Amino acid sequence: MKQIKGFYWKLITVILLLFTVIGGLLFEVPRLNILNETVRNLYFHVPMWFGMTVILGASVFYSVKYLQNPLSKYDILAVECANVGILFGILGMISGMVWAQFTWGSYWSGDPKQNAAAVGLLIYFAYSILRGLFQDESQRNRISAIYNIFAYATFIPLIFILPRLTDSLHPGNGGNPGFNAYDLDSKLRLVFYPAVIAWIMLGGWIVNVRARLRMAQQKLEDLDIYL
Amino acid sequence: MSSFFSEVTTLVRKEFVLEWRQKYAINGIILYVVSTVFVCYLSFNLRIPDGITWNALFWIILLFGALNAVSKSFQQERDGRHFFYYQLVSPEAIIVSKIIYNSLLMLFISFAGLFVFSLVLGNPVQDHFLFIVNLFLGALGFSSTFTMISGIASKSTNSSTLMSVLGLPVIIPMLLMLIKVSKNAMDGLQRNVSYDEIITIFAINTIILTVSIILFPYLWRS
Repeated sequence: MKQIKGFYWKLITVILLLFTVIGGLLFEVPRLNILNETVRNLYFHVPMWFGMTVILGASVFYSVKYLQNPLSKYDILAVECANVGILFGILGMISGMVWAQFTWGSYWSGDPKQNAAAVGLLIYFAYSILRGLFQDESQRNRISAIYNIFAYATFIPLIFILPRLTDSLHPGNGGNPGFNAYDLDSKLRLVFYPAVIAWIMLGGWIVNVRARLRMAQQKLEDLDIYL
Repeated sequence: MSSFFSEVTTLVRKEFVLEWRQKYAINGIILYVVSTVFVCYLSFNLRIPDGITWNALFWIILLFGALNAVSKSFQQERDGRHFFYYQLVSPEAIIVSKIIYNSLLMLFISFAGLFVFSLVLGNPVQDHFLFIVNLFLGALGFSSTFTMISGIASKSTNSSTLMSVLGLPVIIPMLLMLIKVSKNAMDGLQRNVSYDEIITIFAINTIILTVSIILFPYLWRS
């Protein structure tokens, strides 16, 4: 029964991802100046930030769980969530930079959101470095959990509040029309919402596989000690 | 609750007494600020630099002054003594007292820095009240963020590198807002232009304080 349930959500993820890729590349999109066909990046670039925030939120959730009840399971989940969050951040950065080259004219435009995302990545790279510094496992897990929660508390204002206080080149900011203005017939939304869900679910899937692998490795190591 | 306050006041007093006996810390920081200001002044070779440079230099010097001043807050006392405090007072009292002490220290450093800056590089600030309010917020923000970070970093062997690696990205949102408000104060803009930023700084400060007070007991235990 458990396996069937596990199978279904993976099937849904695959179907939604296929829909995102096929629909995102083939469906009709509004014709807009400058953006032209690159508006399709909405289905790939924007969901990365949604996914990053949600998965890093999950990471904080597991860190809190770890502090309440120090089981190594929670630590592994927190770390793998953070890793996938970093992966999504890097992918979002790359997809955004390529897009910016062709719409804004350069890979790095000093846009507030771009800068904030870069700083956010630095915060999470520091988290990875912090984990490498401790020899003692339980101390490492606890301190990295504390930093993870602390970092997320500063990451949220960085991503959500600061860019809104300054003009941004992004569509929907600083006088640029947002997507609400473009898709009166909801053409973009038809693919955008499934895309967000699909990418978040894919992130969860990666976390699931990697965490299970790590837990199995840990079990094997524990067995090695006894043998 | 009253015992909490008495614990905090006693601990803050302890910090001051410790500082007064050792003295090198505060003198060292002041000398650090003065010599950095001189390095900037001589290398830029400007008597009165333009506003943006003045502002950025001022806040960067304060930032690194804060990093140096606060990083010692968990390192100057030996581990054994921390166990002793743990027996006596609640961990919340310890972090609150450290934050209060570091804020006062940062305020002192900020004003010392401002004085030297005004003396050597000139003082282009027009709205002094706003600038000083901003200094207060900055002192509180720097000290609360870096106190928690120094607590985390002190658990590792390589704490001085770790302090900047962990602390600098985390402080950037605050620093950007502070620089913006202080630029507004320099240009003497209408105060209501800066309200959004001041509220944001205040909100970030509150978040960091709350998170520090909640998390510190867990850090303390290890």
